[in-house]
Amino acid sequence: MTHEILTTHDLTVRFGGHVAVDHVTCAFRTGELTAIVGPNGAGKTTYFNLISGQIPAFEGRVMLAGRDVTRASVSARCHAGVGRAFQLTNLFPDLTVLENVRLVIQSKARRGFSILSTAASQVALTERAEAVLDRVRLTAQAGQKVSALSHGNQRKLEVALLIALDPLVYMFDEPTAGMSVDEAPVVLDLIAELKAQKDRTILLVEHKMDVIRTLADRIIVLHNGALAADGAPAEVMASDVVQEAYMGRDLAELGA
Amino acid sequence: MIATLLSGDAPRSRVLSLLLLAVLVCLALAPFLFPGTRSLDTAARICVFILLVASYDLLLGYGGIVSFAHTMFFGMGAYGVALSCEYLGRSWGALAFGIGAGSVAAIAAAFLIGLFSLRVRAIFFAMITLAVASAVAVLVSQLSQITGGEDGLNYQIPRALTPAFKFMDEPVFGVRMNGKLLNYYVVLAGSLVGVLFLLRVVNSPFGRVLQAIRENDFRAEAIGYRVVQYRVAATCLSAAIAAFAGALYAIWLRYVGPSTVLSMEIMLDILLMVVIGGMGTIYGAVLGATLFVVAQNYLQELMGLAAGAFEGLPILPALLSPDRWLLWLGLLFILSVYFFPTGIVGRLRDGR
Ligand SMILES: Nc1ncnc2c1ncn2[C@@H]1O[C@H](COP(=O)(O)OP(=O)(O)OP(=O)(O)O)[C@@H](O)[C@H]1O
Ligand SMILES: [Mg+2]
Repeated sequence: MTHEILTTHDLTVRFGGHVAVDHVTCAFRTGELTAIVGPNGAGKTTYFNLISGQIPAFEGRVMLAGRDVTRASVSARCHAGVGRAFQLTNLFPDLTVLENVRLVIQSKARRGFSILSTAASQVALTERAEAVLDRVRLTAQAGQKVSALSHGNQRKLEVALLIALDPLVYMFDEPTAGMSVDEAPVVLDLIAELKAQKDRTILLVEHKMDVIRTLADRIIVLHNGALAADGAPAEVMASDVVQEAYMGRDLAELGA
Repeated sequence: MIATLLSGDAPRSRVLSLLLLAVLVCLALAPFLFPGTRSLDTAARICVFILLVASYDLLLGYGGIVSFAHTMFFGMGAYGVALSCEYLGRSWGALAFGIGAGSVAAIAAAFLIGLFSLRVRAIFFAMITLAVASAVAVLVSQLSQITGGEDGLNYQIPRALTPAFKFMDEPVFGVRMNGKLLNYYVVLAGSLVGVLFLLRVVNSPFGRVLQAIRENDFRAEAIGYRVVQYRVAATCLSAAIAAFAGALYAIWLRYVGPSTVLSMEIMLDILLMVVIGGMGTIYGAVLGATLFVVAQNYLQELMGLAAGAFEGLPILPALLSPDRWLLWLGLLFILSVYFFPTGIVGRLRDGR
């Protein structure tokens, strides 16, 4: 199974005069985990925003499973199979942990418009939400309000929402940022499990090189919004581009 | 059984449960406990406003949507009944048609306003509702040939709901068994069913989505909920129930006029009631409306008594003069918001 589920063609966006994503053409295959690296401000999150639809593209196209979704709404893309966990935790703070996950399951089951039954009576949906919480080790916190959770647990929940959605394309934006050394493995193991499933496409923005080394099938490098490198991990990591990008030096200097 | 009726949303506070029960018992037995036309009128007003405020809570407390058109929807329901009874004659059919037509008009108006303004910004929606509501109020006063203008309309409802109809010759516990009594119980039952329906809605999957949107609309969209559609749906639903409350009010009063069902003052009252009671709880509407309507009706009298008691003292009688009742109501409001920012219900639930 190596067909291209998600492709971007010349995808571009400008903020004022600043080109945040610059004609990025790239294809992502089912079963593959692609790490997206680049220095701060390189446009990684913006690239994700263009794919999941939070920001409209200036130029270029996003194709999902053969369909052009460039003009589709965020929610339509979500139902078409693009799922997203956010770099900055982005949850429903006043609702419980369980309810946060249940809402995702309910969305996937397309039950949002039923008004005559109670949400509590839909036991099957709740059970599925509980199973997801179990996978991210948040069962003990199920009844707590999200605003009362520790940062690490909020990060886990952020990932849990994506797991609950179970999209064709998983997009993780620095999922372990700010997590302690004993919390991060829970999330990384989950990503490894997803990868082992072989039927999902995973995009992972990550700064930690050891994580990338163990998980990635492929690395793409963004720099100043443009695709600077694309290839097998060993190859890309050894390249000057990555070395320099992570030393914080400018690519232009490198070419000179 | 009770849990099912309440859609599993228990009051979650002993004091709150007792208060709600007290309100329910008082309203259910109002004709017997508080005899007299005036008190029955107050009781009916409470029933109507509980439903009206609860429907506003669906929008504001659960959906996080600020609307100033709620009285307009209320008025549409009331005028629906009034116009239908006035022009189609005195019959149950006309009454039913009026209720239906008023609700449909309210839903259509809510749909149009929502569709055009909810996709932009929340503040834009609030402004549009204000503009449309003012325009409709002016329109109703201007079209006096049809609506009776500022004078409003007096109309006939089926005889079984009027004092002229007696279904028992002998009074029971001193209360005359007439159509007015039946009318009151129609209003009470309508309100009760409406509130239970709203409780079901806010605890349904749809209600949960509304809360999610209120909390974080960006993420709600990202997990697959089309936010605009949900907001428009909530606006329509809340408008329909407000119109139903308006219809009940029109059935009770047998009169409608701009100042009784359309004025901006009522809109402000609704806002106060929902905030005092506690937003996003539905139960808050019950307590807020009850307190407010009772205060509105009896504060003046109470103050008259107090002013009399302090006669001869400086300033006090002037401050307590019945004409100052709005001042005191305002003060009560400020104090209650200051001390109970989450409303009475929020306060009771925290302090359990
Ligand atoms: N909505 C926006 N409006 C204006 N500028 C933006 C917006 N979003 C991002 N930018 C700019 O676009 C550039 C790329 O930002 P982006 O967040 O995509 O970087 P990133 O690669 O995710 O960085 P980091 O590693 O810090 O998360 C930055 O210069 C940023 O300031
Ligand atoms: Mg980023």
